[in-house]
Amino acid sequence: MHLVYPLVLSALLFCLGIYGVLVRRNAILVLMSIELMLNAVNLNLVAFDAWVRDAVHSGQVFALFVITIAAAEVGLGLAIVLLLYRNRDSVQVDEATELREQREVAA
Amino acid sequence: MSTQAWLLPALPFAVAILGLLFGRRLPGGPAPLAVTATLLSTVLAVPLVVGAVRAPTRVTETTHQLLSAGGVTVTAGTRVDGLSATVALMVCIVALLVQFYSIGYMKGDPRYSSYAAIVSLFTAAMLLVVLAADLLMLLIGWEVMGICSYLLIGHYWEHEYARSAAVKAFLTTRTGDVGFLFGIFTLGIGAGSFRISDVLAADLAHGTVVVGTLLLLCGVVGKSAQFPLHTWLPDAMAGPTPISALIHAATMVAAGIYLVARLFPVFTRSVVTLDVLAVIAAITMLGAALAALAQDDIKRVLAYSTVSQLAYMAGGLSVGGYGPGIFHLLTHAGFKALLFLAAGAVIHTVGTNLMSEMGGLRRGLPITFPTMTIGLAALAGLPPFSGFFSKESILGAAHEAATHGEGAAASSTFAWLVLVVGMATVFVTAAYVTRLWLRTFFGPSRSAAAVVEAPFTMTLPLVLLAVPSALLGFVGVDANWLPRWIGVEPLRAFAPEVGTSVVSVGLALLGILTMAVVWRRDPTGDPIARLAPAARRALDRAFYVDDAYDATVVRPTFAASRDVIGADVHAVDAVVNGSGVSAQVAGGVLRLAQNGNIQAYVTGMFVGLVAIVVSVAVLA
Repeated sequence: MHLVYPLVLSALLFCLGIYGVLVRRNAILVLMSIELMLNAVNLNLVAFDAWVRDAVHSGQVFALFVITIAAAEVGLGLAIVLLLYRNRDSVQVDEATELREQREVAA
Repeated sequence: MSTQAWLLPALPFAVAILGLLFGRRLPGGPAPLAVTATLLSTVLAVPLVVGAVRAPTRVTETTHQLLSAGGVTVTAGTRVDGLSATVALMVCIVALLVQFYSIGYMKGDPRYSSYAAIVSLFTAAMLLVVLAADLLMLLIGWEVMGICSYLLIGHYWEHEYARSAAVKAFLTTRTGDVGFLFGIFTLGIGAGSFRISDVLAADLAHGTVVVGTLLLLCGVVGKSAQFPLHTWLPDAMAGPTPISALIHAATMVAAGIYLVARLFPVFTRSVVTLDVLAVIAAITMLGAALAALAQDDIKRVLAYSTVSQLAYMAGGLSVGGYGPGIFHLLTHAGFKALLFLAAGAVIHTVGTNLMSEMGGLRRGLPITFPTMTIGLAALAGLPPFSGFFSKESILGAAHEAATHGEGAAASSTFAWLVLVVGMATVFVTAAYVTRLWLRTFFGPSRSAAAVVEAPFTMTLPLVLLAVPSALLGFVGVDANWLPRWIGVEPLRAFAPEVGTSVVSVGLALLGILTMAVVWRRDPTGDPIARLAPAARRALDRAFYVDDAYDATVVRPTFAASRDVIGADVHAVDAVVNGSGVSAQVAGGVLRLAQNGNIQAYVTGMFVGLVAIVVSVAVLA
């Protein structure tokens, strides 16, 4: 199979993820978009591994690592989202702006 | 023994440090330590003088090299010869009596301990000047004296006048010291060494000698309170009276005259310098004496008389009278210390400095009155008191230089100037001395206080100082005594010349008589108001020299200071503040980006990342 098919697919997935992260306001959807981006990278890794015919399959190994880390990250991310919901009854990302610069505070 | 001379300044110096550190905690107060140290120095000075008397021409030097940098070698060491030993002994004795006198005078003063310590330091500095073998060591002592005089004149720093007098003394003498420093450099570099013996022996170019000595003269004029830098000395009366005695008699003002005497062979090679010195001396001598005539403050009378008498010494040196100048320095130290301490006893009793509030004090002061009378007679130059002999020797030297015009003296014209002005000053001196004597001790009492003699610690120094004031003149009448000790060449006695003596004693008596006659008509009033009512104000203000300085120096300096402050506030500060304000404004703009929306941040990151990647792809 030609290398360009998985790469195009992965690029599409990544753009989809970027779009989701930048545009969606629901924190869970943002997390899901991040997963999309990670999996696009995984696809890249596996595709290149197959194309290079690496003897030790380092591409696949990295992909496994990324999956593991993604699992941990989702665990943390969902915990944060849960706390956010408990505190604010809302998981809208653009509403959580407590750390913005206060205009009236003089330097 | 002479090699131990370094102990003389070292002892008071150590005591000064001890006194400053532990003065308040010493058992029995700070006085015993200070008096003991000065006494020890005095005892150590005696063998030096004895050695100098036995072998007057011998110069004992010790030298330790301190550092050598770029061809300039700095040495530390002492130089003991007849001159330095004699002056050192004089300094020690006056300092000892001043310390002793202070026990009574400064009793109960909250800052007595630091006062005693600084007097010790002052003594140490003067002894360093006197005994230094190296011009740079001398300079150190010279400068330490400057700071000590500042501290002591400002002893009563609660009062505004004391603070300003201290600052004035410091700044005025500093002005002269600038020239002094460069004078030392000129001579030292010209001679290739800063050691006094090397400078004296060096074959200096004529230009170097003229420039060097004229620059040194600046320092001398400042330290010895000669015109035009004399104005600090009358104001220095703001300090305690014993300090006035110390500054006027033994230290500080004597240092300038001593320096000229120390480097006298160099000075005599420059006739220009001696001419300048003669003119300065003539102006100062008469001007200060006239100013003394109209002062109401008893200490200011004495202060102007010091200025005038120092001018006699300077005049004596300028006409080649090395011996007479030093002779007058020594006798003046005796009687001026006596006069100041006696004036202190009077002030102590009456509680005021003003003669218009004294009068009739002779009855209540059985010790102060006769001793002060002796001092005043010496100041007026009446025979046989000490001042007569020394003043006579100066006038004699001036007369000789004027008529014979020897090489090592100012030109004959200037010698005549010194002689004539010196004679006129004798008349004025006698007049102001009489005025002080009559206004203080005679006539009806104008004082409210009960007149009680000062305590023992204050009267003893008076009695002790009255002896040299009366008799010290006789050490000069034999050529083998003082003239040989201090190395006068060619050797000759300071015997009064008949011609000048008759004229000057006549003038002195005339001055006394004039003042006494005027005073008798109205014993309560000020005789000068009757004698010269028109000139009185000008005399009282010392010919407005202070006012002239105020207009030409002080006020322009203040104005310039204000301009500098303005420039600092409006230019320098504006730049600093402006950078702060601009940073604040720029920061305010950047703060707008910090809006709290996480997706905006991520967008920024992503755009940045893309920009980097694209630029790498395009540029690489």
